[in-house]
Amino acid sequence: MAYSKKNLISTKDLSSDDIFQILNLAKHYKNLNLQNEKKSPLLKGVTVVNSFFENSTRTRTSFEIAAKRLSSDAINFTASSSSTNKGETLIDTIKNIESMKTDIFIMRHSSSGAAKFVASHTPSCVINAGDGCNEHPTQALLDLFTIYEKFGSFDNLVVSIIGDIAHSRVARSNIYAMQTLGIKIKLFGPPQMMQYASVFGCEICKDMDEAVRGSDAIIMLRIQLERSDDETPFPSIREYSRYFGLSKNRMKQAKDNAIILHPGPINRGVELNSDVADDTRISNILSQVENGVAIRMAILDIVYKNLKGL
Amino acid sequence: MRTLIKNGMIINANDSKKANVLIENDKIVDITLDEPKADNIIDANGKLIMPGLIDIHVHFRDPGFEYKDDIISGSETAVAGGVTACCPMANTNPVNDNATITRDMIKKAKKRGLIDLMPIGAITNGMKGGSITEMGEMSEAGCVAFSDDGLPVSSSDVMRAALEYSAFHGSFIINHSQDCSLCRNGHMNEGLMSMKLGIKGMPREQEEIMISRDMLLAKLTGGHIHIAHVSSGWSLKLIETAKKEGINITCEVCPHHFTFDDSYLEGYDTNYKMSPPLRTKDDVKAMREGLRNGIIDIICTDHAPHHLDEKEREFDKAPFGILGLQTLIPLTLNLVRDGVISLNKMVELTSLNPAKLLKLNDRGKIEIGYLADIAIVDPEFEYIYDENLNKSKSKNSPLLGKKLKGAAIKTIKSGKLVYDFPNVVV
Repeated sequence: MAYSKKNLISTKDLSSDDIFQILNLAKHYKNLNLQNEKKSPLLKGVTVVNSFFENSTRTRTSFEIAAKRLSSDAINFTASSSSTNKGETLIDTIKNIESMKTDIFIMRHSSSGAAKFVASHTPSCVINAGDGCNEHPTQALLDLFTIYEKFGSFDNLVVSIIGDIAHSRVARSNIYAMQTLGIKIKLFGPPQMMQYASVFGCEICKDMDEAVRGSDAIIMLRIQLERSDDETPFPSIREYSRYFGLSKNRMKQAKDNAIILHPGPINRGVELNSDVADDTRISNILSQVENGVAIRMAILDIVYKNLKGL
Repeated sequence: MRTLIKNGMIINANDSKKANVLIENDKIVDITLDEPKADNIIDANGKLIMPGLIDIHVHFRDPGFEYKDDIISGSETAVAGGVTACCPMANTNPVNDNATITRDMIKKAKKRGLIDLMPIGAITNGMKGGSITEMGEMSEAGCVAFSDDGLPVSSSDVMRAALEYSAFHGSFIINHSQDCSLCRNGHMNEGLMSMKLGIKGMPREQEEIMISRDMLLAKLTGGHIHIAHVSSGWSLKLIETAKKEGINITCEVCPHHFTFDDSYLEGYDTNYKMSPPLRTKDDVKAMREGLRNGIIDIICTDHAPHHLDEKEREFDKAPFGILGLQTLIPLTLNLVRDGVISLNKMVELTSLNPAKLLKLNDRGKIEIGYLADIAIVDPEFEYIYDENLNKSKSKNSPLLGKKLKGAAIKTIKSGKLVYDFPNVVV
């Protein structure tokens, strides 16, 4: 069964078959991206709106490149230049843009549930490019693509997700998708960012050594101080790095061929030491960025075909 | 003018009996098995004759936010829910922090004449948490209690003064129990569900900490603290302890807190966003137990209308609060159907105890000499609570469009028929 929705809001909506369908298509697009002529005519005449109500550089650029490589007319707007800053509601903004006969909304928003909310008010495709602390499904899919490329299978893999679990949409989307694929997941982070993490049904680790031990892939999360306003932060960057940061020394606990992933941007010397981040044998961060374009091309391809019944 | 309600089952807090109720002008003048002559006869066969419900916690948004509701639409919504007296909170614009505003609110309600409007005045001027209001004059003007509802009084010293001063004037304080330093910009209950949804939560401890403080201040001052809309099981444990110690404390619960839990937020429906937030299944169970064992004194609605434009938006940007007046009876009857409370207890919680709290000696019972404030309730009546039935200007109820069971099919205020399901009579 192929993925049949016109939206991609949550990895919870993806079956194992859906994920493999996306990864296989992404492989095709990754090959295309390696050609001199990186274009597919698939979305010619289709208007894709990069609706970023929250700051982003790499995800927005990645989606824009993906949309343009599929020959669509991709336009960007950001919160600072949108009418929401003048008091317009989110739905009014979407409906106004939709009136210009657009087809696909790529939505990033600071509110959890915003992508689902917009999807319920528009006949266009909606792709969740990150909604608050909730989900970031394309990031999870590009993480999976990167892991799959490295190991050739998801069987018997152990993945550790470490850092600010509470505020991480990357963590949620990865957890749901990896659980669907049967991957064993270990979670670890500062206690104030781990409370209630038992809800995800993953193994909860008590320290970095336990979190790293025996892992095939380690996803290090960025500390997101911008999402923890009104909360008392951890004592210092120095202390965070000591107890929750990943160094080459700690990597010895992981499996020999273990890889590191990070959704970026990295806080060097905080969650990741440079000796790990810059070691191309273990760090797959730039592969993730490369794979992001292919994954997003695959998603655009699938949801648009679903919308049009192609 | 005489009205006879015949063949109905009279439900009081202490007994139930089948009898006819004769009303003359605004009073109940006879309860009899006979059929005395009357100008109007209402056949209540198979129905319950309950004292009009008294809701001590509503928001009518008047003055200032009349596009959400006003005293007129609020009154119409109340009687459509069998409610004949309401206490609107002070968070209007301007804030009800002086006798002039109190008098104007009461005057407007009297002109419409559907309910008794008994305002709750602000504890502090402008609800800013600083100097306390002129509670004496406001009480004389008609304020029945004082609260900065929605904005908890954070200063212990101000709360102490408020408890002392309100007690001097024979009144009491209602606090929205919330230690704001633990709010963390939360939008729902903090717990497994907030973690799952990626929405910032408010821990129940923020409520429990404030209740602990307030009960100690009530102990210190001898003043009466009434805890608004209790939502956590531990809050009830604290209140039970305070009551056992003889502290002057009472509390209320809203139907949404004994009906829904935070799992209803799974779809990010802002109609389930309220403050205090929906808690866990265990807390809902505790609320029902608190109603059964008598720790909870009153059921009120916290009727909080918000315009569609305000609610239909991103979850964390939508305001807190839902409609409640027209769903009070069906949701409370669910407790009766589930065997949590009896019909008599329902009357105690929704009418007699609120009347006692407000020192209304002529309400809360179907009794000779009492005011003829009556809700004729059909507990078996099934209907869709739709936009035609909804009398509020707002639509922020998760139950709108849903099938409900049980309703006030007629509401009588001071002897006058003011609501006849589904048509308003006056």
